[in-house]
Amino acid sequence: MVKFNRFTLDNGLRVIVHEDHTTPMAVLNILYDVGARDEDPDKTGFAHLFEHLMFGGSVNIPVYDEPLQRVGGENNAFTTNDITNYYITLPSANIETAFWLESDRMLSLAFSKKSLEVQRNVVIEEFKQRYLNQPYGDVWLKLRPLVYKKHPYQWATIGKEIKHIEDAQMEDVKAFFAKHYNPQNAIMVIGGNVTTEHARKLAEKWFGPIPAGEKYQRNLPQEPEQNEERRLTVAGKVPLNDVYIAFHMPGRLDEGYYEADLISDILSRGNSSRLYKTLVKDKQLFSEIHAYNMGSFDRGMFVVEGKPLENVSIETAEAAIWEELEIIKNELVPPDELTKVKNKTESTMVFSEMSLLDKAMNLAQFELFGDADKLNHETDKYLAVTAEQIQKQAKEIFRKENSSTLIYLAA
Amino acid sequence: MQMKLERKTAPEFKAVGQIELIRPEQIDLDNGCKIFCFNSGDQDLVRIEWIFGNLRFDPAKPLLNVAVNTMLTEGTSKLSAAQIADKIDFYGAFLQVDYGYDHSQVVLYTLTRHLAATLPVLKDIITDSVFPEKELATFIRNQQQKLQVSLQKNDVVARRKFNKAVYGNTIYGLGADMDDYKTLHREDMLEHFKQMYQPSNCTILVSGKIEQSTLDLLKESFGKEWSNYSIKADTSQLDLKPATDHFYFVEKPDALQSAIRMGLPSINRTHPDFPALQVMNTVLGGYFGSRLMANIREDKGYTYGIGSGSSSLSKGGAFFIATEVGADVCKKAVNEIEKEINILKTVLIPESELSLVRNYMLGSLLGSLENIFSHADKFKNIYFFGLDYDYYDRYTEVVKSLSAVEIMQMAKKYLDTDNFYKVIVGKY
Repeated sequence: MVKFNRFTLDNGLRVIVHEDHTTPMAVLNILYDVGARDEDPDKTGFAHLFEHLMFGGSVNIPVYDEPLQRVGGENNAFTTNDITNYYITLPSANIETAFWLESDRMLSLAFSKKSLEVQRNVVIEEFKQRYLNQPYGDVWLKLRPLVYKKHPYQWATIGKEIKHIEDAQMEDVKAFFAKHYNPQNAIMVIGGNVTTEHARKLAEKWFGPIPAGEKYQRNLPQEPEQNEERRLTVAGKVPLNDVYIAFHMPGRLDEGYYEADLISDILSRGNSSRLYKTLVKDKQLFSEIHAYNMGSFDRGMFVVEGKPLENVSIETAEAAIWEELEIIKNELVPPDELTKVKNKTESTMVFSEMSLLDKAMNLAQFELFGDADKLNHETDKYLAVTAEQIQKQAKEIFRKENSSTLIYLAA
Repeated sequence: MQMKLERKTAPEFKAVGQIELIRPEQIDLDNGCKIFCFNSGDQDLVRIEWIFGNLRFDPAKPLLNVAVNTMLTEGTSKLSAAQIADKIDFYGAFLQVDYGYDHSQVVLYTLTRHLAATLPVLKDIITDSVFPEKELATFIRNQQQKLQVSLQKNDVVARRKFNKAVYGNTIYGLGADMDDYKTLHREDMLEHFKQMYQPSNCTILVSGKIEQSTLDLLKESFGKEWSNYSIKADTSQLDLKPATDHFYFVEKPDALQSAIRMGLPSINRTHPDFPALQVMNTVLGGYFGSRLMANIREDKGYTYGIGSGSSSLSKGGAFFIATEVGADVCKKAVNEIEKEINILKTVLIPESELSLVRNYMLGSLLGSLENIFSHADKFKNIYFFGLDYDYYDRYTEVVKSLSAVEIMQMAKKYLDTDNFYKVIVGKY
């Protein structure tokens, strides 16, 4: 149970305070309701590049990191296809420094030319390091456009290509800031050794004067239902073949999401999972195999991915995966197995409460979903899922005409 | 009327005060096994770690320590690998085996109320593993496949070359190749298991919500019912033998980025200079605002990340700098790294930077004590080096008081670039 208090400033900034006086630390987490899905198809990778620029100095504070490190704090941020999240942890006695820094960059950035030039290079190196200079690193650049034909999930957060990063101009940066980085599009969570009263005072002092800005109205092209089997075979400088089968699945807030998430656990979580036991251990067809869902807010992606052993043909490997998917479509999950994945979900929730930062990030995300308190009912949602519902969802998802298969061949 | 908000000036701040570490309660069992308890009842969960010293490295059978540890979940005389996994997963618990350079461990995370159900499985694994032939064959084949993928990663290749160079043919220098897996045989693993996984070579750390029944269960399973083997565990290790060659270049003509790893053998945590070395390391490459990051990422944009660090191992240690940079700027990046080291050795660090680093390091230490598990981790850092809690007092004292002159001395003493090992994988 994660307790919290909540209030909204006049400018629309939503604030959540989670008091935890067992730690001498505090966290300030700000979620901006903008991700790679909000990008222009010709300027992809921008939300993430922008995240880098948020560290390049703000209107009144020339450098961001230094004053924070000086008070014993650390920070970082990440961008996904759905959101951009910034966080600071620091000794709670110095929490005001976090308010000062975060409010100034919500007020306005410095828009330094040097910062844009350098961060373009840094992000291009990140593009190479993570996506191009790694075995199988470019798989998401190829799989996403196969799975999504309309929705902006068709590109990865890093962007479609390096050129989009190279082309980013200062006016794009300014327009993006004005559109997305204002109090109405943000949720702030304060956690740790701080009282709600103190947090409210500081929030009003530092964030209160920031103009509300305009609320961004999201209107994205939705992905139509898939009605044909899709396939792509690529060859690359990799040592082993790799098989990816991706399916459309319900979005994070849609009916059927919890079922789909439990299906991925049944198939692939831990050494007792079906794919590992059957395909790695018993039939000895794969050296590794995984099933996971991306947790996307809009219509999501369920992926089964495995590396067949060297003597196993792609056809055999694919057929073996489908055989397992057919079983979960055609037979009810036995009660013990369902209890097992539910127990795992429950204990994962308890363990996640060991981390102050995790709690703060989760509260922000569930507030974005409509109510931070949903975090405290998440376990119940999983516990309520029945074997019949799982079977129904498996039948929905695991259809050939809902699949996109990417074969990555060792050239 | 409200006063105008002063946004240009940072708010007042306080220095980090006394840092309180939770010390364990110790229980010595008759069979030589020691239990250390870190009790905190906030959540209904517990982490138990069984930690064993690795056996002396045998160059002819280099993979025994890691293979025996990794395969502990693969079968006992009573339970198959599948049954072990089923039982652990059913109760929502997590079972991990972790191989380290000096110690290997088995870790259980479980809700306290399920401990009685999960602990017998752990007892079986730790006292009665049998390494079935079929599972061994699967293990070898899958490891060999994974190795092929790892060897395509420039940073992995650079780390392997570097370790081999600074540590020599020892347990720390080992980078397994495909043929090494042929030296794995079940009989050797069984014998290794018996010598290593015995009470006198075992330290148990319990952290979380510990009830009397938790301790009773542990004492029963790992006390009276668990005896030592006839041969004592030999956990001594070969002396480190750094290589004579100091430069290694692995060319990858298609590389978009080159991995750079450079450094040299160094001291470990038991050395009186270690805390001061860590302050110097932080300045150079130990945090986001470090000089290497400021120059090579934030000024030049050559890389997504660069850092330095020191590894502290029981037989010694190493100091290293690691990064992946654009292949076309690799030489420039190496020059800049050397330039930063040289500045550290010749120019005194400004007071404002030094005070920032002090505060950052103390805040970081405080922040690393997130929960009861972190307190147990802090204990591990000293206990296995034969140090006491006064190490942390000395550490914080050094962080607070080390002078600019002393930092320069540390750089001169420990960053002898003439003796650096340099590894480049990619283009140069």
